[in-house]
Amino acid sequence: MNQLGFPILTILVALPVFAAIACLFADAKAARWIALGATLIDFLLGILLWATYQTGGAQWQFTENLPIFGQFSWALGIDGIALMLVELSVFLMPLCVLASWQAIEKRVPEYMAALLLTEALMLGVFEAQDIFLFYLFFEAGLIPMYLIIGIWGGQDRIYASYKFFLYTLLGSVLMLIAMLWMVGYAHTTSIPVLMKTDFPAHAQTWLFLAFFASFAVKMPMWPVHTWLPDAHVQAPTAGSVILAGVLLKMGGYGFIRFSLPMFPIASAQLFWLIATLSGVAIVYTSLVALVQNDMKKLIAYSSVAHMAFVTFGLFAFNRQGLEGSLLVMLSHGLVSGALFLCVGVVYDRLHTREISRYGGVANNMPRYALLFMVFTMASVGLPGTSGFVGAFLSMMGIYGASTWAAFVATTGIVLGAAYMLYLYRRVVQGPLTKPDVAAMSDLSARELLILVPLALAVLWMGVYPESFMAPMRNDVGVVLSRVDPAWHGGDSKLADAHGKPVVVTLRKYLDDMASASAHAAEAR
Amino acid sequence: MTSAFILDTLPELILSIGAMLLLLVAGWRGDEATRGISWASVVLLLVAGLSLTGPAGHGGVAFGGLYHADSFAAFSKVLIYIGAAISILVAPNWFARGGTLRAEYPILILLSSAGMGMMVSAADLITLYVGLELQSLAAYVLASFMRRDTRSAEAGLKYFILGALASGILLYGVALLYGFTGTTNFGGIAQVLSQPTPRDVQVGRLMGLIFVLSGLFFKASIVPFHMWTPDVYEGAPTPVTAFFASAPKVAAVALLVRVAIEALGPATEAWRQIISVVGIASILWGAFGAIGQTNIKRLLAYSSINNVGFAILGLIPGNQAGAASVLFYMAVYIVMTLGSFLCVLQMRDADGMPVESIASLSGLSRTRPGLAAAFAMFMFSLAGIPPLLGFWPKLVVFRALVDIGWWPLAAFGIACSVIGAYYYLKIVKVIYFDEPAPEAYGPSESKVEGGLIVLTAAAISPLGYLAIPFLGAATMCAAKALF
Repeated sequence: MNQLGFPILTILVALPVFAAIACLFADAKAARWIALGATLIDFLLGILLWATYQTGGAQWQFTENLPIFGQFSWALGIDGIALMLVELSVFLMPLCVLASWQAIEKRVPEYMAALLLTEALMLGVFEAQDIFLFYLFFEAGLIPMYLIIGIWGGQDRIYASYKFFLYTLLGSVLMLIAMLWMVGYAHTTSIPVLMKTDFPAHAQTWLFLAFFASFAVKMPMWPVHTWLPDAHVQAPTAGSVILAGVLLKMGGYGFIRFSLPMFPIASAQLFWLIATLSGVAIVYTSLVALVQNDMKKLIAYSSVAHMAFVTFGLFAFNRQGLEGSLLVMLSHGLVSGALFLCVGVVYDRLHTREISRYGGVANNMPRYALLFMVFTMASVGLPGTSGFVGAFLSMMGIYGASTWAAFVATTGIVLGAAYMLYLYRRVVQGPLTKPDVAAMSDLSARELLILVPLALAVLWMGVYPESFMAPMRNDVGVVLSRVDPAWHGGDSKLADAHGKPVVVTLRKYLDDMASASAHAAEAR
Repeated sequence: MTSAFILDTLPELILSIGAMLLLLVAGWRGDEATRGISWASVVLLLVAGLSLTGPAGHGGVAFGGLYHADSFAAFSKVLIYIGAAISILVAPNWFARGGTLRAEYPILILLSSAGMGMMVSAADLITLYVGLELQSLAAYVLASFMRRDTRSAEAGLKYFILGALASGILLYGVALLYGFTGTTNFGGIAQVLSQPTPRDVQVGRLMGLIFVLSGLFFKASIVPFHMWTPDVYEGAPTPVTAFFASAPKVAAVALLVRVAIEALGPATEAWRQIISVVGIASILWGAFGAIGQTNIKRLLAYSSINNVGFAILGLIPGNQAGAASVLFYMAVYIVMTLGSFLCVLQMRDADGMPVESIASLSGLSRTRPGLAAAFAMFMFSLAGIPPLLGFWPKLVVFRALVDIGWWPLAAFGIACSVIGAYYYLKIVKVIYFDEPAPEAYGPSESKVEGGLIVLTAAAISPLGYLAIPFLGAATMCAAKALF
């Protein structure tokens, strides 16, 4: 069956579902503990999954296949890319439960049930190996998120919840038609087989556009990003963390799992489309973020800008770009989640997200100021934090694909530093003049428990990204082997078609590290 | 040979003879026997359903080619009997509160079911018409069952007049088809249609085809013959509305499939265009019409127009997979619809009087969480959002379309489903997001209704996906009988 001898992927999905049902029959206090327990067990299972995942082993591991639905099957399995996103999800969920511990006061059992269902469906998306099963999970995630935004959201929650639901639904349905066509053509619903199928070139364009409609909305890419600021601002803190941390990653995951390997010709042809949209997004949303008065909105726009780096890197058609994009996704999952949690901390105290209502909190909340700074720097991309590695690699990849795109993307880095530092300056630094701000207490033990693990993960990813890149390396190679024949090459005239010498050095260094750790493992 | 027809038509015989016997009982004992008669009717429907496992479902032809006892008819009859039985089960409590508990109700439904059985088994235009009229006459009476209620009387009258008009159109089409083909038998018509003919004869046949289809569109409330649906659904007593939205819909759609494929198969190119236009029109009209509604029964009427629009798109391929997808859609549709109406039946004020406004559902999740969850599930399922089962039939229908290369229509149809999702979301919003209504609903009274809600909700929950292999095989087997 797999290296563990029990269906761990099914358990990862099923456990939150059963816990959600249990929550509905519990009172508020019990529901909190059930949710925390279930997410923690899932987290432990996630660690077990990572520990037993064989880097460099079979492409698909922990596979399960039960053809119980007749026309499609309960087929689960993960490669390194999915593994990392599963880890991200199971890591963030207990923190989300903790963040909602006191912030959510009404209808707690239902809230926890919705949170747990979201976790199950997110994990399902990353684990699914059957295209219809993937769609089921992908789409079903809308329902609990719709309820989370609509019931526990802010003032305009109803508008935001409708917009979130209908926008993403419209994007997804076209993808379904494309999936039906693909299944009719290839006579299989298995994603691994479809990834190796060569679809006719003229059909690829249409299929690519249909999938693009879905993933671009989910990602979100400019100009279909407008649901995101609304949803973020209105959602409760944990809802924002899930949205930014994991749900947005489904778009990027979709590109790398479906668009690139299944439609390589169309991907290469439509490079200009992705590059243009990403370029506009980076500059435009960064500028918009610069003038925001609402903290959550600012971070929401910064998410759109970061996601544009991901699409840029994914469609750079080289290893640096792809690996960089994946790291940006993981890093953004941690950092933006952490930033929303930081906003949640001060929001719980002052009940406003308006930036000008704060100022000088470094004086009375030093621990908060320190952690907030770590995450701000990670978002900016300071070396030593997770943001740097991803941004650096994807920039390198983008340069390999198009020098002009790299030029535009660089402005995004500068602007990103501007709006994040400006935010930090206005909230944390300066004189402490407002009495109600001065009355705020520093982080509680619970809040430290939420933010410190995130900070450690951010630093870990910044200092030793190899732990995260090693499992994904072969799978990135698989995607590259699919897109390479279709790609016409970039305009950067690199001496080595695969990268400049510095890249080779970096790669060599990383490969050496990988083989060294492999030797060490053998020696053990 | 002479006695074989008894076995072939056993379900209809059981229902009609049983209905007549129960009518005698009702005449003898009066209205106090209603509950007993209701249970007896449900047993009759069950027995009729079981009789389908015998020769009645194995491809026999009775009455000299007028009646088909094939697996297609058997599958449709199972759905029809389920709809009829549930409509009977929920009725006594509802009518008792209004003081109109009458024994005729279950008997009329039995007669209507016998008529629907004839409809889906029809192998001849004459059988088709007789079955349709038997079903409709019972339905007209049912619509105006609450005689003292003006809305109910209006619904009955409206239904009757428009229904009579539709029957006239249908008969005219039958006459034209007979005149231009020389036969009323489905197989015979198909045979004549497949032979080369002069152009003027073709035009006459096309007119006949259009008129026959129009009459059937009326019964299935497909745009542009849907006008009666919201008014009748709103005015008729709620159990009757539940019946109208379920069993006769299945019968009409199944009949449409049978006529289109068995009789008009060679003219597929002609009716394919008609079906695609009215299908998309139904989806759009059902979606846009529902947005402004404040009455839940009217909203569900538009929802049924919308859903039937999706279902008949599956007819376009004109092949076995297509016909099977229509049956699949109707099978899931009937469960979702009955479930929603079961929830509507729970909408009662403190005195037990029925409430129908959508606003009264506000904050239902606070006052009746179980009912609210079931209601929300039915709404998401009708909208076709996974992981609820309502998603799968849409996929099956669109798959049949994509497989014959009609993916632009599939893409357009599925994009329209997003418009429909808006008003289903609105109900969920009212139930979950809004503050509780000042007047809470009266407590649940009936264990039967509660049990049926749990049963239907479980069927459309993700657990229902386990039934896909079975349902898929059954619909394919049923559709095979047509080719």
